Amino acid sequence: MDRRAKILEIVQKVSGKPLSPAPDESLFDSGLLDSFALPDMVGELEKSFGVKIPDADLAPRKFDSIERIERYLEEHSH
Amino acid sequence: MSNEEIGARVGCDAEWIRNVSGIDERRFAREDESVVDLALRAAEDCLQRAKMKASDLGMIVVSSGSWDRQFPGPAASVASKLGLAATPSLDVPMASAGTLFGISLASRLCEGLGPILVIGAEKMSKIVNREPMERGVAILFGDGAGACLVHPTEGFAKVVDCGLYTDGAYSDDLKLPFESPIEMNGRSVILQASRKIPRAIAQLLEQQGRKAADVAVFLMHQANQNLIARVAQALEVAEDKFYSNIRNFGNTSSASMLIAAAEWSHTHKLAPGEALCFAAFGAGFHWGALLAEGSD
Repeated sequence: MDRRAKILEIVQKVSGKPLSPAPDESLFDSGLLDSFALPDMVGELEKSFGVKIPDADLAPRKFDSIERIERYLEEHSH
Repeated sequence: MSNEEIGARVGCDAEWIRNVSGIDERRFAREDESVVDLALRAAEDCLQRAKMKASDLGMIVVSSGSWDRQFPGPAASVASKLGLAATPSLDVPMASAGTLFGISLASRLCEGLGPILVIGAEKMSKIVNREPMERGVAILFGDGAGACLVHPTEGFAKVVDCGLYTDGAYSDDLKLPFESPIEMNGRSVILQASRKIPRAIAQLLEQQGRKAADVAVFLMHQANQNLIARVAQALEVAEDKFYSNIRNFGNTSSASMLIAAAEWSHTHKLAPGEALCFAAFGAGFHWGALLAEGSD
């Protein structure tokens, strides 16, 4: 499964809904996901992609769209 | 103040409030009641239960982020109303983490000073009414006060250790400017709290050779039931190990941890050696955890 598809799967898992947001569509500012889905999503990203996201990187805007999440993971993958 | 009443003021329904916070109602003090009045009632109740007099105290610590002047803070007035004219009284204007920091400080000072009364007292109602009222903030808060006596040798539990932390990089993410409403980057608060609280608890327990599963009860700042649930999940303990009364009182900032603790202690006992863990997270950000165990 490619990275973007995996991120979408995580979005669907934490929301409990079969969402299909566009890659640049706001996930949280738009209200598509509620605020508590954000820590759930960060936890799932860490587990699924084997990354440790430090607290200092946890600026909500970095995780507000699939595109932004993908960009973050690309920049921080080893 | 029910969800229906507050919801009508800010344009949301009761069910939404319950879903996003776990709150059904919150208490608002009377217009003529101040933080000092609330603190005094908690203090007197605590002293009565401990069968102590105010004159036995070596210090008073008052945590409040909702006092209504820059200085002096409420501690001096609380001491005066308790009939004290020379007992050192310390203000801890730290908002939600204030009583955790207060108890931790008191546990280290009481050996030299004598019994220390730690009070959290908040009148959030006058703040949430400030315009513009943002619904995500206005629905959360209630008024209240709680108190805890920290004694050098006696008590139902003994402080084992604490872990306190501050990261001012987030000092703008939750703040109360003078004469303005609370400003909160809710997502940042939720993200950081959901990570930092369980980590602080886990580190403290590990240092003391304990596991989260061994803790009889977690008495956490009552910020939001969804946050409490996620902290429990992160620690892999049942959510009901975290005592919760946010449904009836809302988020009473620094008072909430002690209100929860007092309510819990009225109906529960701690066996000797049984572990109890306090935890809080608040504006600053300041956060931490304190481990205590039942006295012999």
